[in-house]
Amino acid sequence: MAANAFLDRLKKKFGDSITGANFEAIDPWIEVEPNSLPGVCRYLRDEAELKFDVLNCITAVDYFEPDPKKAAKVPWQPHLELVYHLSSITRKHTLVVKVMLPRWKDDTEGELPEVPTVSNVWRTADWHEREVYDLSGVNFLGHPNLVRILCPEDWVGYPLRKDYEMPLEYHGIRCR
Amino acid sequence: MSTLDDPRIVEFDVRTDEMLVNMGPQHPSTHGVLRLVLRTDGEIVSEVTPHIGYLHRCAEKIGEHLTPRQYIPYTDRMDYLAAMNMNLGWSLVVEKLMNYNLPEKARHLRVIIAELNRIASHLVAMGTYGLDLGTFSPFLYAFREREKILNLFEEACGARLTYSYLTPGGATADLPPGWNQRCEEFLKQFEPLIAEYHTLLTSNAIFIKRTAGIGVLSPELAISYGCSGPVLRGSGVDYDLRRDGEVRYTSMYDGYAFEVIVQKNGHYPKDHAYPAVPGEAVLGDCWHRFYVRMLEVMQSIDLIRQAIDRYSSSTGDWGTPIKLTTKLPKGEAYLETEAPRGQMGFFIVSDGSSIPWRVRARSSCFCNLSCAYDLCSGCLIADVPAIVGSLDIVMGEIDR
Repeated sequence: MAANAFLDRLKKKFGDSITGANFEAIDPWIEVEPNSLPGVCRYLRDEAELKFDVLNCITAVDYFEPDPKKAAKVPWQPHLELVYHLSSITRKHTLVVKVMLPRWKDDTEGELPEVPTVSNVWRTADWHEREVYDLSGVNFLGHPNLVRILCPEDWVGYPLRKDYEMPLEYHGIRCR
Repeated sequence: MSTLDDPRIVEFDVRTDEMLVNMGPQHPSTHGVLRLVLRTDGEIVSEVTPHIGYLHRCAEKIGEHLTPRQYIPYTDRMDYLAAMNMNLGWSLVVEKLMNYNLPEKARHLRVIIAELNRIASHLVAMGTYGLDLGTFSPFLYAFREREKILNLFEEACGARLTYSYLTPGGATADLPPGWNQRCEEFLKQFEPLIAEYHTLLTSNAIFIKRTAGIGVLSPELAISYGCSGPVLRGSGVDYDLRRDGEVRYTSMYDGYAFEVIVQKNGHYPKDHAYPAVPGEAVLGDCWHRFYVRMLEVMQSIDLIRQAIDRYSSSTGDWGTPIKLTTKLPKGEAYLETEAPRGQMGFFIVSDGSSIPWRVRARSSCFCNLSCAYDLCSGCLIADVPAIVGSLDIVMGEIDR
């Protein structure tokens, strides 16, 4: 099934919740509005002709340029992008779902952007969402156990954000 | 078979207290720095919480500061037992982003190298699984043969563990003269030894008692957890990226004859040559996961032989590695490959410069380990190493 067929089906079912798509990209993607993500995911997983039974990967990409000189030239507004790679074992097709988030909730620095969890749709999401929370700072609402997974529990900051600065020391250990 | 309702093993009238037992991060049977916190009641484990991150080296952040070819050595250190397969995964995703097509010879070279590394990796899995279960000798046999594969790799690229051999654009060098013959000699000498390993472990009565029926992973759960590789196929799911993956990857295996190792109608492909599946074994248990790996070694031998034939008869060169500072086209690409431990995925986002904007590694063991909670709940403490060992994890890949 081609990617634009997926889009037609999703548009018919969810209407305005599907906010964008790109079929020119190497991996065609569909953009979903954050609050309707669990519904869309459940539909993608359960619908007989789609059957996206595997969530391969969740990635957060931080679009932010810390250097003010370069920041004036970049073609995008600062934002955070969640990329969900889905595939189907039974149907042997793949799809990329994207969710656009602000870098900080209500533009208040330190307040994490929020998106509903999909860990009740695919269990893979449980650890992957913890990893994204840990390294990129996204709050997954409704996640059963949203704690850091790779960094220590008392680590400060979100290392994969572009404006992250390594702390000077951690429990008396020099870091930089 | 140790089931909980067997009164000979568990005495229910003995009152015990709940106790938290810390297993790791330095524990011989956790394959690296994995820490498991077990909630136990006597000998029974009611809950397992894995704690990971002790080997976190920020590989994804490092990728944002290096060009794709400079990043190759970092992929070596992810799954250090199958570094060639990690190089391959990263090379393919960069080639996908650049829409770069390989010469014919480089394609066959990559199949030889990737499958040879698969054998080496599965040999370690077999040897260390024996160690987990308390037998030392299979480990020595496995490492004896693995040494010979490492010698072959050393001859090809100069390194024994962190190869950096396959790069975007092909490989760093062609195979040295006479290498093919030496590889074929090794396969000829190695193939009959596998029957020996089967008598040591697969059909050994103690081994069967320790693994059959333990840690049963249902296919639905395996898919939901995103398990892949031998863990997924050991549960009876017929899925192998070498056959079902993306065209850019499957075209590497175009024209090769191989069958996906999975139990269908109660039989494995080429079942007759091996000890029969014991009656106690349940599809999806530790024994099946181990057995799938053993059969994959045979499959890889077969694939290498085919690849050597094609490699010797194909024309062209072994590929030109891309320049160190090649500008990447704007865009993003994701590709998964079938590494020995499962589906290893790389994701690369580029803003048009020679350094990627974002690099992401999807680890197979990360997903395989996440089902440990469901597998270990309700088992005996002695079964925890058997279950974790059967998942065949490498911490370098989980923590990245």
